[in-house]
Amino acid sequence: MKRTQIRPNQVTFLQRIHVDGVLLLGLLILMAVGLATLYSATGQDAGQLQRQFMRMGVALIVMLVMAQVPPMAYRRLSIYAFAIGILMLIAVLLFGDIGKGAQRWLDLKVIRFQPSEMMKLAVPMMVAWYISNYNLPPKTNQVFIAFVIVVVPTILIAKQPDLGTSLLIASSGIFAIFLAGMSWRLIGFLTLLGGAFLPIMWFFLMKEYQKQRVITFMNPESDPLGAGYHIIQSKIAIGSGGLRGKGWLEGTQSQLEFLPERHTDFIFSVFSEEFGLFGVLGLLAIYLFIITRGLIIANRAQDAYSKLLAGSITLTFFVYVFVNMGMVSGLLPVVGVPLPLVSHGGTSMVTLMAGFGMLMAISTQKRLLSR
Amino acid sequence: MRKRQTIRDHTAEANLFARRATVAILIVFFMLSIIVSNLYVLQVEQYEDFQTRSNGNRIKVLPIAPNRGLIYDRNGVLLAENRPVFSLELIPEQIDNLPFTLGELTKLLDISDEEIENFFATIRGQRRFKPVALRTQLNEEEVARFSAQKHRFPGVNIEARLSRHYPYGSTLTHVLGYVAKINKNDLQKIVEAGQEANYAATYDIGKLGIEKFHEDLLHGTVGFQQVEVNNQGRIIRILNVDPPQPGKDIVLNIDIELQLAAQRELDGQRGSIVVTSPQTGGVLAMYSSPSYDPNLFVHGISRKNYSALLNSEDRPLINRATQGQYPPASTVKPHLALLGLEQEIITQQTTINDHGRYRLPNVNHVWRDWKRWGHGKVNVTKAIEVSCDTFYYDLAYQLGIDRISEAMTEFGFGDYTGIDLYEESDANMPSRGWKRARFNQPWYIGDTIPVGIGQSFWTTTPIQLTHTVNTLINRGERYVPQIMRGFMSEVGTIELEPLKSLRPIVVKEPKNWNIVLDAMYGVVNREDGTAQAAFIDTPYVSAGKTGTAQLFSVGQNESYEEENVAERLRDNAMYVGYAPYESPEMSITVVLENAGGGSSNAAPIARNMMDFFFRNHSFPTQLTNAETQAKM
Repeated sequence: MKRTQIRPNQVTFLQRIHVDGVLLLGLLILMAVGLATLYSATGQDAGQLQRQFMRMGVALIVMLVMAQVPPMAYRRLSIYAFAIGILMLIAVLLFGDIGKGAQRWLDLKVIRFQPSEMMKLAVPMMVAWYISNYNLPPKTNQVFIAFVIVVVPTILIAKQPDLGTSLLIASSGIFAIFLAGMSWRLIGFLTLLGGAFLPIMWFFLMKEYQKQRVITFMNPESDPLGAGYHIIQSKIAIGSGGLRGKGWLEGTQSQLEFLPERHTDFIFSVFSEEFGLFGVLGLLAIYLFIITRGLIIANRAQDAYSKLLAGSITLTFFVYVFVNMGMVSGLLPVVGVPLPLVSHGGTSMVTLMAGFGMLMAISTQKRLLSR
Repeated sequence: MRKRQTIRDHTAEANLFARRATVAILIVFFMLSIIVSNLYVLQVEQYEDFQTRSNGNRIKVLPIAPNRGLIYDRNGVLLAENRPVFSLELIPEQIDNLPFTLGELTKLLDISDEEIENFFATIRGQRRFKPVALRTQLNEEEVARFSAQKHRFPGVNIEARLSRHYPYGSTLTHVLGYVAKINKNDLQKIVEAGQEANYAATYDIGKLGIEKFHEDLLHGTVGFQQVEVNNQGRIIRILNVDPPQPGKDIVLNIDIELQLAAQRELDGQRGSIVVTSPQTGGVLAMYSSPSYDPNLFVHGISRKNYSALLNSEDRPLINRATQGQYPPASTVKPHLALLGLEQEIITQQTTINDHGRYRLPNVNHVWRDWKRWGHGKVNVTKAIEVSCDTFYYDLAYQLGIDRISEAMTEFGFGDYTGIDLYEESDANMPSRGWKRARFNQPWYIGDTIPVGIGQSFWTTTPIQLTHTVNTLINRGERYVPQIMRGFMSEVGTIELEPLKSLRPIVVKEPKNWNIVLDAMYGVVNREDGTAQAAFIDTPYVSAGKTGTAQLFSVGQNESYEEENVAERLRDNAMYVGYAPYESPEMSITVVLENAGGGSSNAAPIARNMMDFFFRNHSFPTQLTNAETQAKM
């Protein structure tokens, strides 16, 4: 297949390196906010700040590399990535390292690897590949098979157990199916089925600590010094931030360490405490900016695979934001989803930026003729 | 696979995707609005609540103990002070391996088993984050030794705090009492009094004596500091301090020099001396012998020392001056004489002929006079001077127990004087009702006769006796004995404690006071007075009355032979007196247990005390203006 750039005589530097300038702007602003918040959340630890900065650099390079790959190449890789991912997930369950009571890591001697991270991209790729093989909207039996593609890795990851990631992976696949145009009637039916499945999950699938989290979520005050402590302290941090916040580095809940996990999952509480509701609205605006840009890229993409993949990656990014904010403010149970590009930690950031690299590839590498 | 794509409608698919993407972005907005409205509830509607809880997390209010008020004698000599002491305190919560830590500390500081036992007894009833003292008094060398090793003992700290010290030790124990660590009983009383907050940081509480009686004055008011703490409870910074108000410094009526003199006089004897100012009721000296060192109790007395005090035959823990109950013996003859005169049973001219024996008609019992052959012809004056028993046997017989009991109760016998000590007993003024209640026996006429010489169930305490003698001196005016003279005001002047007057004794014939007081003058100053020998050549004029209380009933045909009676059953020697006779500045009661006769044993001690008092007449015993006003 022959590929050519649009308007080749007006190629900018960003276009030449396949970077979507608007998306990059949004991501960089978000990363800057993230660094400032992390600095506060770690108790002004310059070392932590430096390491996070390095991770961001690595993630940006990964993004850049991913942006160079043509979308059609991703399309061809989809089934292999998915197959390898499934095998590795099975391997994790069989021989994985145990960290914090859950098997998530696969030790390949050279590097320790979390296959579930890879599946965050492999699952939407696979679903997009499968559905885009047929005409849209997908037929019921195709939807059914697509669901099977989603459910298998979801269950494998949930068994590790890693509820947060399995939730993200399930939603990434479901978004692809949704965007492909599965019928509203089917959506309604599956929603009811899902509702009926909830009690089965509660009684047969969920582990004790997961149930405990849900109970704590329902009534955190029932155990204010134990399981409810995190969420109560988090709500105190957010609530006491008020409209304007206590000021950067001035949040008493975070600086005096009343707030647990403040530089990882609960960093949004630190942000809310120090910058208040106004600051939160600003942060949401940045996220919304990135999401809107992602959906625009998806909408402008030329083929069904690219559209579905770009849309799914973007909406999954939103799920991160929603679940994280929801859980630290008491709307959702605490399932361990980081605030994207703000929370401390490299793994999820690299995955996210790899996804944005794909978005950029889709945005910048277009064939002259659509098929 | 490829075949299907040939019939693909790309425009329709693009439109379908665009519609779904629009729905998706709407869903995104909808979900974000849920997030935002939830945040609005938290950050705006419930802001105040969370703000309060956030402050509740970080701001802790810590109590600061007030410094305990000091205690001075009437001349400003410090009697109770606060000194810094270092104690080794453990916070159980912060110690991972308590037995190991205790073992290491034992090696380092030679901690005794008893200290460890006490430590465990204390932590049992306490919160785990509260520090508990393992050793309360570290010397400087121990402080240095521990400080060098401190890093090995997380959760173990040396705390400096002020602790009570009594520089005069055993001299004032029964007056001052002492403070010691607040125990469960104290805590319960504090809670009942609603003083919990005020004692939140307080370590010691008055357990005895003035320290206990005037606890409210001495303690002061707790202060608070607002601190910012982190999640470990570590103090990050101090936000606000509301300083404690120290307790009031108290000034006593006690004169420490006179008190020391009393201690010297009673050295090696069991007994007590009480010196008061008759015009005010102020207690100038009050010593009970033997005494003990109150400083032992401040830091927790060892069990061995405590049981030694508790089990001692000499009963040092008892304040004999206020708790010792003794038959008043002949010291109450002036009181009874006054009653006889008032009831017109006798006059100044009434005389009896004393042959040394007193009999009642139809009663086969002989009451002896202390003087075997009697005093011959005696009137009321001489009966006091020579302490004629027969005269008072007859007087008691004629008065009857009811009148005696009623009048002596009015004097204050058998009742608390109201001195500012909780350690006081009311002793006993016998009556028909009392005997019925106590022994379920009727009052016999034979019981009445020895009441005339202050025996027969009649007991009194030295402070009570002093109190009644002061009433005689004041011709019926009665003042509650007071140890505390006043407290220091904020501007450094003494806020004098108001005099506490009691209902006075009103006589029909005021001249009767003169008769009785003149007779007491005679005891000291006339040739056959029982205290004449003891008070020979004094530079002051005093008056008094001797007493010899029998603890041992001598058989009807025997005489009391001191050598034949066990030491503990020998007579108590007593003396009450005052001086100068014309305008009394001091009154004194001396009680010596098992010492023999009052005139030969107690009177010389009283004289020594009076000599000392007037030789060192440097202190103001005259009424100050304030006292005069208070009296009015």
